[in-house]
Amino acid sequence: MNIETSSRAGSMESNDILIMLHPSENDIQIDLESKVYLQYGPQILKVIQQTLEEEDIHGVHVVARDSGALDYTIKSRVKTAVSRAKKAGPAYE
Amino acid sequence: MSKRRSLLFIPGNSPGMVQNAGVFDADSVIFDLEDAVSVDEKDAARDLVCSALEGLDFGETEKIVRINPMDTVWGKIDAEAVAKVKPHAILVPKATEEAVVACDEILSHIENEQKWTQGEIQLIALIETAYGVEFSSSIVNASSRVNGVLLGGEDFTADMEIERTRHGEELSFVRRRLSTLCKARKLHFIDTPFADVNDLEGLRLDLKTAIEMGATGKAAINPRQVEEIHKAFTPDLKSVQWAQEVVDAWDEAQLSNKGVFSLHGKMIDAPVYNRAKKLLDKIG
Amino acid sequence: MINRLGREVPEAIDGYGMCRSYPREGGNLHTITPKNYIKNNQPRSGDKIRSDLGELINELGIKDGMTLSFHHHLRNGDKVLQVVMQAVSDAGLKDITLAASSIFPAHACLVEHMQNGVVGQITANYISGPVADAISSGDLKKPAIMYTHGGRARAIESGDLSIDVAFIAAPACDGHGNISGSEGRAACGALGYAIPDAQYAQTVVAVTDNLVSYPTPFTEIGEEYVDYVLQIKCIGDPEGIVSGTTQITRNPIGLKIASMATRVIEASGLLKDGMSFQTGAGGTSLAVAHFLAEKMKEHSIVGSFASGGITGYLVDMFEQGLFKSLLDVQCFDLEAIRSYRENPLHQGMSASRYGNPHNKGCVVNQLDVMILGATEIDLDFNVNVTTASDGRIMGGSGGHSDTAYGSKLSIVVTQLVKGRLPIVKKQVTTLTTPGTSIDVLVTERGIAVHPKRKQLRGLLQQAGLPVFSIDELYQMACGIAGEPSEFSLDEKIVAVVEYRDGSVIDVVRKVKT
Repeated sequence: MNIETSSRAGSMESNDILIMLHPSENDIQIDLESKVYLQYGPQILKVIQQTLEEEDIHGVHVVARDSGALDYTIKSRVKTAVSRAKKAGPAYE
Repeated sequence: MSKRRSLLFIPGNSPGMVQNAGVFDADSVIFDLEDAVSVDEKDAARDLVCSALEGLDFGETEKIVRINPMDTVWGKIDAEAVAKVKPHAILVPKATEEAVVACDEILSHIENEQKWTQGEIQLIALIETAYGVEFSSSIVNASSRVNGVLLGGEDFTADMEIERTRHGEELSFVRRRLSTLCKARKLHFIDTPFADVNDLEGLRLDLKTAIEMGATGKAAINPRQVEEIHKAFTPDLKSVQWAQEVVDAWDEAQLSNKGVFSLHGKMIDAPVYNRAKKLLDKIG
Repeated sequence: MINRLGREVPEAIDGYGMCRSYPREGGNLHTITPKNYIKNNQPRSGDKIRSDLGELINELGIKDGMTLSFHHHLRNGDKVLQVVMQAVSDAGLKDITLAASSIFPAHACLVEHMQNGVVGQITANYISGPVADAISSGDLKKPAIMYTHGGRARAIESGDLSIDVAFIAAPACDGHGNISGSEGRAACGALGYAIPDAQYAQTVVAVTDNLVSYPTPFTEIGEEYVDYVLQIKCIGDPEGIVSGTTQITRNPIGLKIASMATRVIEASGLLKDGMSFQTGAGGTSLAVAHFLAEKMKEHSIVGSFASGGITGYLVDMFEQGLFKSLLDVQCFDLEAIRSYRENPLHQGMSASRYGNPHNKGCVVNQLDVMILGATEIDLDFNVNVTTASDGRIMGGSGGHSDTAYGSKLSIVVTQLVKGRLPIVKKQVTTLTTPGTSIDVLVTERGIAVHPKRKQLRGLLQQAGLPVFSIDELYQMACGIAGEPSEFSLDEKIVAVVEYRDGSVIDVVRKVKT
């Protein structure tokens, strides 16, 4: 399933992650910026990917700005962003 | 039953606060989906708190969630989502008989679905309106899950259109009414939070008043308040020593069939003995 | 070559020399003589004043490769280093060794001088800001040398660090070179870090924007050590001088940590009359001072001294009668400066008296309780305050290793996990202070006691404190944040971590771009 409109969830506050979803024809693509990229980059990407797959989302461009969020926060913000995209429905030109 | 001396409110949409909720040694934490969360973020907060309850370890701390009022678009969804991650209790704001019943039904349904023990998830009624105070008996009786009452002083005084003060005199009747009800029904009576986090002296006086009126616990809106709250609910050494003396002397008196007797010039009868015994039982 | 602390340290390093191994045992410690005798071609008393920096550099005969030193008492408001190094650059000099006691963001001009080859080496006890980044990126020709506060004094007094010209920023100075830190627009209080430079540099230049009539009141460094008095327009910005001070933390987690640390002090048995105390300038460290003050008042305790890095909080405790004396190597804020000037029991101490391990006695050895910070701490209790977790230089020991070693009870206070990064690690990225100097780690989720302190551990457990093994705290941290990925740094050594005794305990490697 793909989302049809952009959405966002989370924030730039410490311990949080800002997730922005944009519809895409391609597979899941994640642009991640994080203060702890060296130590947790792979893990953050994994959690975002897994959560999207659990939500059955395949065509999406994710922009993620991380401020040291733990896994439970990343998972939650992705789910909220997906749910907001679904609720908004298709975007009209 | 949890001690519930201190119940710390945690804003439900702040990951930093949520993941550290257990650090502050409060007896209970209340993850707040209501007043601490803006309208735009109700969905995010609900999901974050559920994710936290599923994924994090809060140790011995009791986990309570304040959902949105049951008569709002969010309340029912909150209750359904939160129940699935099994907190110890749900705090029902603007509590009325209908709200309590509606919440109870959702919990029963989910406990059934998940094959959990019926009645495991408790309810705390947040009494914060004139109606709530007036009909508090029937509200707490509306469900056997209700094992506590929390007084919401700010909203109550707003509803009453009276002033909220530092001394709290305007809440005397309400505190006495609710603490009596709670004692009769063996429920926790949790007093309203003290709003000025920098005024520790004011908090101490407020605690003294609340305890004198029968409160068994106090809500906190800042971790700094937790230690003061525990201090206030801990009987001081002199009281404990007196209680021990009374109980020892009573037990002795029973053996020699004395009945009423005096200790250090004070008359010791059954009510005095019972109070002393209860104090010792509480501190274990 | 793996040293006794488990760190990979070569036998010799290009641009540094032979690495003494840790710990440096035995005698034959030598010292050079102070240089306060008149040399040929240098001005007699009465002829010291200069006002043209360019001409002075000429007159001093500064050559390529010489070592110039500066103190950091003007902190992030300092202008002297910048002004002097610009003139050095203008004079076409190259390969200068800059021996600063600390380097701040205000010294960003050094990056260009590094890149142009004007500065070929830097030594300092603490490095932050653009210069730290540049060193981490490999912009400095030779590896930087990072000393401790006590270790730099040792290096100067033994001749390991030989200074050609010391430029001493002087908030007030008379025409004969009597320097005071207590007077003037750029007043900064004690000048402890400048004293070894004044005594042992070949040539000493007082740099002042405030020439006073003879004799300077509150003289800190006397005319018998000073060759020249250079007048410039402005030595420092008062606002920048008191920057870097912090307030007591308002973060409830920091407050919990501080409160637990105070309970550790109480349970240890050191909370009694005559006790001595020092704390860092971080928000949580200062909060410990606050809670300690409450406990001392509660039990009517009068301590012997508080030392450091003195802030207004310690001055407050002192003025309330909680300590008989303050021993001050640098003043962090205006309150400390005021008290230093007004109160004779608020005494200055040189960097050598503070922490040199090879002199006849130093203050850190008389210290009872020390509160320390940490970027990282590992399973052997080794502490890193030199680099961030990505290997980038962001500080340095300062007095960390000195006070940790000398104090009876050294307590590291820190959150267990900060911004997702576990502070407890299997191995520190850079070893600043050996674990044998650390007694207790206090975090908001639990306390760990060094295995060699069995009795102390028992006392803390008896007091009802949440004591865990450091391994358990490590597991807790990984449980919260997940285990961090390993990453590697470049091979090239960009800094040498020199312990207070002159041995090399670790090296800092270049960050990969």
